[in-house]
Amino acid sequence: MTTKQLLLGDEAFALGALHAGLSGGYAYPGTPSTEILEFIQQHPLTKERGIHSRWSSNEKTAMEEALGMSFCGKRALVAMKHVGLNVAADPYVNSAFTGVNGGLLVTVADDPSMHSSQNEQDSRFYADFAIMPLLEPSTQQEAYDMARYGFELSERVGTPVTFRFVTRLSHSRGTVETAVEASEQRPLTYPEKTRQWVLMPGNSRVRYKELLADHERMVEESEKSPFNSYIPGDDKSLGIVVSGIASNYLNELFPQGCPFPVVKISQYPMPEKMLARLADETGGNILVIEEGQPFIEQRLRGYLNRGLNVCGKLTGHLNRTGELTPDSVAACLVQLRPELAGSLKVDVNPASQIVVPRPPALCQGCGHRDVYHALNDVLAEHDNAKVFGDIGCYTLGWLKPFNAIDTVVDMGASITMAKGAADAGQHPAVAIIGDSTFTHSGMTGLLDAINEDSPVTIIISDNLTTGMTGGQDSQGTGKIEQICIGLGADPAHVRTIDSHPRTHEEMKALLREEISHKGLSVVVARRECIQTARRHASAKAKEQAAKA
Amino acid sequence: MKADIVLAGVGGQGILSIATVLGKAALEAGLYIKQAEVHGMSQRGGDVQSCLRISSEPIASDLIRNGCADLIVSLEPMEALRYLPLLRRDGWIVTGTTPVVNIDNYPEMEEVTASLTAFGNTVAADFDTVAKEVASPRSANMALLGAASRFIDGITPEEIEHAIAGIFASKGEAIIESNIKAFRAGLALATETANRVSAN
Repeated sequence: MTTKQLLLGDEAFALGALHAGLSGGYAYPGTPSTEILEFIQQHPLTKERGIHSRWSSNEKTAMEEALGMSFCGKRALVAMKHVGLNVAADPYVNSAFTGVNGGLLVTVADDPSMHSSQNEQDSRFYADFAIMPLLEPSTQQEAYDMARYGFELSERVGTPVTFRFVTRLSHSRGTVETAVEASEQRPLTYPEKTRQWVLMPGNSRVRYKELLADHERMVEESEKSPFNSYIPGDDKSLGIVVSGIASNYLNELFPQGCPFPVVKISQYPMPEKMLARLADETGGNILVIEEGQPFIEQRLRGYLNRGLNVCGKLTGHLNRTGELTPDSVAACLVQLRPELAGSLKVDVNPASQIVVPRPPALCQGCGHRDVYHALNDVLAEHDNAKVFGDIGCYTLGWLKPFNAIDTVVDMGASITMAKGAADAGQHPAVAIIGDSTFTHSGMTGLLDAINEDSPVTIIISDNLTTGMTGGQDSQGTGKIEQICIGLGADPAHVRTIDSHPRTHEEMKALLREEISHKGLSVVVARRECIQTARRHASAKAKEQAAKA
Repeated sequence: MKADIVLAGVGGQGILSIATVLGKAALEAGLYIKQAEVHGMSQRGGDVQSCLRISSEPIASDLIRNGCADLIVSLEPMEALRYLPLLRRDGWIVTGTTPVVNIDNYPEMEEVTASLTAFGNTVAADFDTVAKEVASPRSANMALLGAASRFIDGITPEEIEHAIAGIFASKGEAIIESNIKAFRAGLALATETANRVSAN
């Protein structure tokens, strides 16, 4: 029996995993992956079965926790955004060596066009060098169906399976036909092969050879995968390789079927035989349409490019940066085959000349605003102050009207870069970091700064939540000062203040004092996120109304 | 049937509530739906857009092609204009007229109004007032949806009203009633405008 639902790609995948007997979901929030664990948290099965669904401190801890659950024979998933995989890279790459016991899905949501990210990296490269299969759903239905398939594949090949989502699937709703009942969870069991779970050189040397041999099996799996297909076409002057979300755009342009033969790839390693057939049948004239970086294209083309005639992003037929659209795919096809212009070109309204950009901004009533107002006033008293920023809503402090920060690189880098700058002789060196980012990746850097009593001022702008991703629980709430003091910060220089317009002068005085201190200071500026505060107030009002 | 709709607004305005109602109505009518949203950074007061596609046939792309949208539904007048290249030459714009001025260089309102008028197939109204006249300004989004529904073939007003009742079920009869009244007022307004345009 099945039922139809309207689900985001993220939600469809989460439901598929729940229906496949999931025992634990692990994640740190990150756009566009956040809704995977949120869906699991809210699903009745989670409570009923005691499925793990709490947020982890960062992607590395999440990955390791999921691997630990897999070691015990249960099905687990870990979800993160693309740059989260950089944080989790150590356990991720090594998890191909340990292998799995219960099926393990590592779900990574890439963000081409950088809707809410600092770069466009493509997770397929990671799965390739880690040597594990990767699944790349193109539709919400595939996202649902592939979750179960992915667990089975993981258990069959003995490694985790990586899932690559992109923003346009994660955050797009579609009609999904789902099962109505969930499979049983797996019992507690232990791995039969025990040596590969201890990655000492002697064990890893043996395991690496096995893994390389397993790669052949992974390719075999891809050849017969229900998610890879060779679709014949009459016009053999061109062959098209299309992957993931890009196949939707190709299908949109040819509702009656593509005139050219197509290999659709949604499971990696790439299906060699299918691709060889396409090359043979088309005289080696191949167009690759893939979202993200030119992963397939580079491989088909080869470094010397002396074999096939491959075009795509590297040849400028498709945009190298930013996401694909049905329009960019149409333009590419018309460039290659001008005779398609009649059916693919559309008459378009000119863009309005009066419309101006509307960049995002910190909310009115947000405490980060008060921090920047006070900080800017104090730093105006210095000639060469540098402020090292971090990842979160407060990154918007770079924009007008604040123009308050000089760097933003990755989670936690504010503290460590401020320390490095102080090491170089920079003063004032100020770091600004949010509470959730601090517990994600700031604590270890703080320890470095504490151990050298570096003359930096670290502002932890604590809004008691993970704000940018929509207000998920933050792991350090209620213990930020304790963490700093526990790491060894001098309690006299761990100061706390409310972030509020009424504390403006007080905050200025406090910042002035700590910036002039010749050692490490932490200033915890605190006020609940205005969005979660509103939500909490309305929930409370509802509760009281229910009581009355 | 097919309806490709661009929903537009400013982060925090709640364009997705309109999508939720239409999505529910379409699902109950047995139609296919795809709806691409944007979450994350741009929700903080920036421009937000969602492609809502409804069809009796399976839908391939999550994004609407340039020049192929049947309808722009916007809560904010400049945001309606932002997506003109997505709209069919003979498509319709349904937009609220209250500007959200959270930037320094917002264009002159006369220019915005003139551009909307120049497009021709435009229903521009202060939907707060439309909703307030029959119910409450809190139902403004449903008044806007009512106006938009005039240009969506394949889903009847009754089906959309049923979806509204379903979505607001937990809020009680009075709220449902208020939203349905606003929906009908919006529909009446758009019908009048469309008749006037076709008469010209």
